[in-house]
Amino acid sequence: MISQILFIAITIAAVILFSINVKKVIRNIRLGRDADRSDQPSKRLITMLKVAFGQSKMVVRPIPAALHFVVYAGFVIINIEVLEIMIDGIFGTHRIFGGLGTLYNFLIGSFEILALGVWLACVIFLIRRNILKLKRFMASELEGWPKSDANYILFTEVLLMTAFLLMNAADAKLQTLGVSHYTTAGSFPVSQFLIPLLPDQPSALIALERGCWWFHIIGILAFLNYLPYSKHFHILFAFPNTYYSNLEPKGEFTNMQSVTNEVKAMLDPSFVPAEAAAGRFGAKDVNDLTWINLMNAYTCTECGRCTSVCPANITGKLLSPRKIMMDTRDRMEEVGKSLDQKGPGLEDGKSLIDDYITREEIWACTSCNACVEACPINIDPLAIITELRRYAVMEESQAPSSINTMLGNIENNGAPWKYSPADRFNWAKEN
Amino acid sequence: MSEKLNIEVPTMAELVARGEQPEILFWVGCAGSYDERAQKTTRDICKILHHVGIKYAVLGTEESCTGDPAKRAGNEFLFQMQAMTNIEILNGYDIKKIVTGCPHCFNTIKNEYPGLGGNYEVIHHTQLIQDLITEGKLKAEGGESFKGKKITYHDPCYLGRANGVYEAPRKALEVLDAQLVEMKRCKSNGLCCGAGGAQMFKEPEKGNKDINIERIEEALETNPGIIAAGCPFCMTMLSDGVKMKDKSDQVQVLDIAEITVRANGL
Repeated sequence: MISQILFIAITIAAVILFSINVKKVIRNIRLGRDADRSDQPSKRLITMLKVAFGQSKMVVRPIPAALHFVVYAGFVIINIEVLEIMIDGIFGTHRIFGGLGTLYNFLIGSFEILALGVWLACVIFLIRRNILKLKRFMASELEGWPKSDANYILFTEVLLMTAFLLMNAADAKLQTLGVSHYTTAGSFPVSQFLIPLLPDQPSALIALERGCWWFHIIGILAFLNYLPYSKHFHILFAFPNTYYSNLEPKGEFTNMQSVTNEVKAMLDPSFVPAEAAAGRFGAKDVNDLTWINLMNAYTCTECGRCTSVCPANITGKLLSPRKIMMDTRDRMEEVGKSLDQKGPGLEDGKSLIDDYITREEIWACTSCNACVEACPINIDPLAIITELRRYAVMEESQAPSSINTMLGNIENNGAPWKYSPADRFNWAKEN
Repeated sequence: MSEKLNIEVPTMAELVARGEQPEILFWVGCAGSYDERAQKTTRDICKILHHVGIKYAVLGTEESCTGDPAKRAGNEFLFQMQAMTNIEILNGYDIKKIVTGCPHCFNTIKNEYPGLGGNYEVIHHTQLIQDLITEGKLKAEGGESFKGKKITYHDPCYLGRANGVYEAPRKALEVLDAQLVEMKRCKSNGLCCGAGGAQMFKEPEKGNKDINIERIEEALETNPGIIAAGCPFCMTMLSDGVKMKDKSDQVQVLDIAEITVRANGL
């Protein structure tokens, strides 16, 4: 009875804490400007099913794709087991679904095989990061917390799977010993091999079985609450993020409505815009970005596929699209913390540009869209870079001098080079 | 042969004065108008249009920058000023269909002009060439033979990833009976030449290599006789790269239009 109350209390506390943190995250995302992505719902749904659920963009790199798929399938399917754990925990039952008989045995057997798969995949992932030291995981933006974050996640998953398999092994042994409460249920294709390692006393086995059961469920609840602080948030955000993907051609940059109004007024003085121009041009800080950009930042799992294909990064420039996303999230978290502690009206003299993302980074971009193409969950770092450039150019008139020359040429000659418009058709005459 | 232009290039103003309307407007672009190397491609596109008998026109001195480099550099004002001025001219001439000689112009007019009142059917010249091949109007005969020659095609970002046009330029090369070899990074995974996003007009940031060198090294790995391009900016970057690598006498960088003109002896 006490354990049931304890279980219910822990679960409720975990869910409440998680809700509070998710609300904060949603509030942070809502700091962003409006962007309408409510069109084409069926196409959006299909994109989400294909890209997030079906992981269609992962296959480009087959080895991590296969390993990731095992972990993903394991995560989704083993959660059916969590449902049973929840019910058992609340009502003090044991393996409540055991009555399903053959189906149950099949399910538990599958979970075990998957759990072993997840265990192996996570160990391989740890090896790739810490022993093989793949280049993608060695970039400077990952030093410190991001590297630890990745290792904590993998290590926790290894522990959770170990507990799950040990629990089953202890349970199986208790079942064969005929200990009351441990009715025969489940098949144990993997954990049967652990049985010989276990003690023979029922009391020790019960302690082990209960210990692993509690560790498994508390581990999952703790992991849930770790998500809002971690890059691992992608397991949830991948779905809305792909649903709200950019469905237009990648080369299309948004036309700024506020500018359209001003340009129309300039060309036609009688033009009256439907809505007043709002805010500044481009983005100086996170609240100048759209909520899509900000959701992208929470979705990023720092895999670095974007950076590994970025022509600027490949050739040694400072720009890393992954860092653009990480910086945006870090700044958003900082602003959020200030909102929690001091309320609205943050004046810390800092901004996303300069304090997080430098000018050198944004001007190194070739707008080639390789990063956007490479992201397995449709994050768009280029959209943020463009907004920062817009701020630098339109609000501050601070562009590299050669860019200013080019802009001046377009303005005066209708071409980015200093040629006379009158000579524009000479190509047809010079024979 | 492909250097000279023995045909009259009609302008919109002339056509309208005669009370005529073209089937398609050829949008030349700034590079195609002023850059010496790109001018060759421009003339070759005209030769192709003339050869197949499509009624076309150019804007001539009425054309102006689409605003693409301004937009990528963050100057939305200048972009929209350019766009609206151009749209006014295009709409004034009641233009319905446009072929561009540059993927950047193609992307801008096709994707960014509609929101500002400019709605046209826009194709890139490699798509035009593909269509003409499919329709049987263009072949690869009567000119230089490319049979068995090794050609590698560099995908321009604003044609490929930006707009999903991967097949048209390849189709134009397949008809040559040449040996088409792909670089390791091609199609949606293609590596930028380094010119996009207004990089063409500035010095690169500090790094350990120029992007066009990275790209040309990869292109040279395929041991090509010809590197095919579809963009005047890629053309500059790739040609410079070949020069830097001292391979100019072994490797030619040619636009798809130039290759088509040569193959047909136009």
